[in-house]
Amino acid sequence: MNSTASSLAEATASDAALRRFLHGLPGVDQVGAEQRAAALGTRSIKTTAKAFAIDLAIRMVDLTTLEGSDTPGKVRTLAAKAMRPDPTDATCPPTAAVCVYPDMVATAKKALKGSGVNVAAVATAFPSGRAALDIKLADTTDAVEAGADEIDMVIDRGAFLAGRYLDVYEEIVAVREASKKAHLKVIFETGELQTYDNVRRASWLAMMAGAHFIKTSTGKVQPAATLPVTLIMLEAVRDFRELTGQQVGVKPAGGIRHSKDAIKYLVMVNEIAGEDWLDPHWFRFGASTLLNDLLMQRSKLKTGAYSGPDYVTLD
Amino acid sequence: MSARLDVKKTYKLYIGGDFPRSESGRSYVVNDAKGRFLANASQASRKDARDAVRAARTAFPGWSGKTAYNRGQVVYRIAEVLESRRDQFEAELRSSEGVTAAKARDFVSAAIDRLVFYAGWADKIAQVTGGANPVAGPYFNHSAPEPSGVVAVVAPKGPLLGLVSVVAPVITTGNTCVVIASEPHPLTSITLAEVMATSDLPGGVVNVLTGSVAEIAPWLASHLDVNGLDLTGVTDADLARTLEESAAENLKRVRRPGLEDLLAAPPLDRMTKFLETKTVWHPMGL
Repeated sequence: MNSTASSLAEATASDAALRRFLHGLPGVDQVGAEQRAAALGTRSIKTTAKAFAIDLAIRMVDLTTLEGSDTPGKVRTLAAKAMRPDPTDATCPPTAAVCVYPDMVATAKKALKGSGVNVAAVATAFPSGRAALDIKLADTTDAVEAGADEIDMVIDRGAFLAGRYLDVYEEIVAVREASKKAHLKVIFETGELQTYDNVRRASWLAMMAGAHFIKTSTGKVQPAATLPVTLIMLEAVRDFRELTGQQVGVKPAGGIRHSKDAIKYLVMVNEIAGEDWLDPHWFRFGASTLLNDLLMQRSKLKTGAYSGPDYVTLD
Repeated sequence: MSARLDVKKTYKLYIGGDFPRSESGRSYVVNDAKGRFLANASQASRKDARDAVRAARTAFPGWSGKTAYNRGQVVYRIAEVLESRRDQFEAELRSSEGVTAAKARDFVSAAIDRLVFYAGWADKIAQVTGGANPVAGPYFNHSAPEPSGVVAVVAPKGPLLGLVSVVAPVITTGNTCVVIASEPHPLTSITLAEVMATSDLPGGVVNVLTGSVAEIAPWLASHLDVNGLDLTGVTDADLARTLEESAAENLKRVRRPGLEDLLAAPPLDRMTKFLETKTVWHPMGL
């Protein structure tokens, strides 16, 4: 273990060493990854297993609102929904967190006080990440001081694609320090990374820099989260734990709208990373409309009748 | 030269403007009037019903947002396309129901006339059922009918005229619908769906399911995203009662007529049953 830890430390010693390490990772078999993700998506999850999966998925949701038009009222509504997703049913679990812009953290924190639902803030010039480092750090500190429990940072895709891996690495390390006790989620924006190989490299880079979570997308770029991309990230966290003993979480975000999709992801988590990741502490969904579909499915299982969008809240 | 192979038609469902097979993969045998094999039809499952409701809900804002005049034109267009394919429908009616050529011609003509009848109603129903209300104050008060939303329809026997008679009044006023076609005679309903698919009717406004009424109808009756239920084609009184009871859960508008003569002049309540009245008060503002 010591030798691997020291070899990882060596890999981050210089830009050249880091490039050698990341480019030395085995290449991703594109067709294989897509086939495997598609095959896992065909598993049939029914009755009690489905009820379990739906409740687990609700507990894993980071209920998100990242619009320019967000108001304190909307954030409070969202917080109320996160605490009691289905107000007519006390057995419905709360979501994991509420995800907002840093200036809305204080509002969200106040609304969620004592509920156990975390507040996640997107920081570091989200979603483009195009700002100077000190501005990104100030953005992070601002969110942490307002009480954010989790920080969702974006990597500098420009630097990553230009091959300046050490810059990206050092930026993540700096943001992690600025996050203090808050959990750090690192967003790759996989829709901009071009290849699956890059997704694998970014995953290792972020984990070596100390990320608590690796996250696919901001939700502002298409394609956002896809099954194959998440599969590659799940393989990375599995291999990283085998090598170092540290467990890192995964969060697909954006484009997951139906319960059926969420269940496909859960099957993949179980099959690729393992049961240890089937927990809101290690796997999250970044979503807004997904929760409504989960609630409608939940009500269908309970009452035996199909539910409709008139019976869940709009936001 | 070898003999030419027959091109046999696969009768599928009509959901959201597409013609998918049943999600369940099932089909059932449809016989002609003399009990000989005619074709296989898809046997829809509850999940097909669910998908159809979703398609109808998605189509509702666009369809109900069109002007009444425009909806009338689209319904008239269905009549036009049906007229141009009348030979095919006459042949299908003769083989599936065993009626004479003259009778088949009468049925097709009646179906076309029925469509034209409702097309004409599209921009007139508001004047008949709505209007300005005299109130005791200096206000202008008026009522206007609005469509209910998604209506589930069980079509009666008589595959062409039956289906047209129940579907046209529902969609003319701006509702969208999911129809369960007549169980013993589903084929003409699917051919009629082909007419609708090629006549400017947006996908999802009409969705046609074929299969067992007893199996599918309860799911539509209890579906919370369905706003109305037309039980014209339910002949089993016990089933009709159960369906009406589960429809009460979210206060669906239910139409459960007695025996109706399809060839007689159609009653207005086929349209009005699935309309809701919106009343607005205005200050006179002189």
